[in-house]
Amino acid sequence: MTSTNPDARQGVFARLSASGAHQKLLAFASLLILLLGFTLASPNFMQTTNIIAILQATSVNGVLAVATTLVIITGGIDLSIGTLMTFTAVMTGVVLTNLGLPLPLGIATAIGTGAFCGFCSGSFVAKMKIPPFIATLGMMLILKGLSLVISGTRPIYFNDTPGFSQISLGSVIGAVIPSLPIPNGVLILFLVAGAAAYILSRTVLGRYCFALGSNEESVRLSGVNTDWWKIAIYTLSGAIVGIAGLLIASRLNSAQPALGLGYELEAIAAVVIGGTSLSGGRGTILGTLIGALIMAVLTNGLRILSVAQEWQTVVTGAIIILAVYADQVRRRKAA
Amino acid sequence: MIETGKGGFRLCLKTKTHNIHGGNTMLNRRTLIGTLSAATLVLGAGFAQAQDKMYIPLISKGFQHQFWQAVKAGADKAAAEFDVNVTFEGPDSEAQVDRQIDMLAAALAKNPAAIGFAALDSQAAIPLLKQAQAAGIPIIAFDSGVDSDIPVATAATDNVAAAALAADKMAEFIGDAGKVAVVAHDQTSRTGIDRRDGFVNRMKEAHPNIEVVTIQYGAGDQLQSTEITKSILTANPDLKGIFGTNEGSAIGVVNGVKESGATGITIIGYDSGKAQTDAIRSGLMAGAITQNPVGIGYETVKAAVMAAKGEAVPAKIDTGFYYYDKSNIDSPEIAAVLYD
Repeated sequence: MTSTNPDARQGVFARLSASGAHQKLLAFASLLILLLGFTLASPNFMQTTNIIAILQATSVNGVLAVATTLVIITGGIDLSIGTLMTFTAVMTGVVLTNLGLPLPLGIATAIGTGAFCGFCSGSFVAKMKIPPFIATLGMMLILKGLSLVISGTRPIYFNDTPGFSQISLGSVIGAVIPSLPIPNGVLILFLVAGAAAYILSRTVLGRYCFALGSNEESVRLSGVNTDWWKIAIYTLSGAIVGIAGLLIASRLNSAQPALGLGYELEAIAAVVIGGTSLSGGRGTILGTLIGALIMAVLTNGLRILSVAQEWQTVVTGAIIILAVYADQVRRRKAA
Repeated sequence: MIETGKGGFRLCLKTKTHNIHGGNTMLNRRTLIGTLSAATLVLGAGFAQAQDKMYIPLISKGFQHQFWQAVKAGADKAAAEFDVNVTFEGPDSEAQVDRQIDMLAAALAKNPAAIGFAALDSQAAIPLLKQAQAAGIPIIAFDSGVDSDIPVATAATDNVAAAALAADKMAEFIGDAGKVAVVAHDQTSRTGIDRRDGFVNRMKEAHPNIEVVTIQYGAGDQLQSTEITKSILTANPDLKGIFGTNEGSAIGVVNGVKESGATGITIIGYDSGKAQTDAIRSGLMAGAITQNPVGIGYETVKAAVMAAKGEAVPAKIDTGFYYYDKSNIDSPEIAAVLYD
């Protein structure tokens, strides 16, 4: 991706939204086709309970993917999000269960811990000039270890905080519209995605996020403190991972310290299926959301069809490659 | 992955860069996805035909380990015998509690006649188990049991008794005195806790001259357990024996002892698998406890069929265990429950 075309005909936002719309359409079409295929293949697929199960399975990976999207758009990568999620869950467990503090403090701890760790990762990348892959790989291991140390390698349960499981499993929507018991975890995913999309498209932070991924050097030369903005994005991403930590802990009613490794790769897969470029500068939150849904629909649908598990993995891998290949072809040819 | 271009504010020219060919790419993508959904439909049709039979999904704690494959073999055997459909699924690692919950949710959506479930974390599964109970779907717990009164039956090894037998055998080998260690697979699952406590408590009660100097956890991972074993041996040069509480742990112990070059260490393992049976044949490992994984799978499906038909099922189904060593490894009784 070394572009030399100096011809900039379109405005930044006009162009971004145009390409974004195109991509979203394609990804969305794939999602619809998958949904249709599974609906025709099994009467058990298109049921309210199963659709809710799919959305719920998307919620954690979706929030992680949103966090990852921000970092990837800057041209970076974050391998630590899976174990950071676990770490924030464990810290929440310490605050709520071990220290017995009230629920709002637990929520603040998760988001605060996430933001702090994101800040650290961002500083390693921006200030210490460590490549993001290495900086976050280190962070991934540090956090995995700390989760085990702090929890004593045992799950921390939230039985003393009865409201905690409602964060993910309760249903505010269901309380208003009883026929639509969409769990709060799903609602939170959409709120987080909406907020991230707003930040990306409507704020200075979002604009610098794209600019850093497009050409960091020229942004820096035009007098912008790129280090600071990069750290800000990693911090924001970390805070979002903290929300994912809350969601998974709430869903399992426990902080599982050994969990988390490998979740970063699934988040990256969702981001890439959604059309975000791994080399930075291009991507949308809506695309990522659809990418995460495609992954969850695929996993669930293959299960509903009772496809043998070894083949489920093969199909999922093939779909990732196909989706990204189709996107590459489109982009090479697209006007 | 960071892209540092040579100049120019590239943000504005992204889509212009690859605009060489032009043409309709929607078609391309559609073709790809069309092919895929066609394949999906074919698959689906194949399975739809078999839907008349009673359907029983088994959600296990693992999938690719030989132990779970042996459980699956037993389940398949029962499926053929009782003419029911059985599927077998489990997460990639025993840490993935949330993945197992997703599997359970998908299984519930299929309106099964009954569900076999080996919980990674009982508490995390309670909301879904309650949902199953409300829908009148009987749950049969297998392998490690579920800390809840929802399952109508539990088909499992009595791990406490099995580990106590391992302790007795260990005592026999080392002359009822000295230091031993335990390399366990985890400290959260029922099997992990029961095997550890079964071994340690038996030593305390029946073999007071044997001291369990350390209990370390290697997540059932061979490599991790190898490293743990080596460090235990370094820290305790006078150690006489090590108990590995599952297949991965036991193989790790064998490897660790081998790599460190220590001699005179009595190793007692758990379960089987090629590496472990080889170690027993060659004398590196004194012996091992084997569960009856094929029996676990078989009894789970059998109980599920009975429960689905509304018949009475015993709440506890002991699937049995054996101690085996070089002398009886090839006997028909033992060979039938070992797996490679």
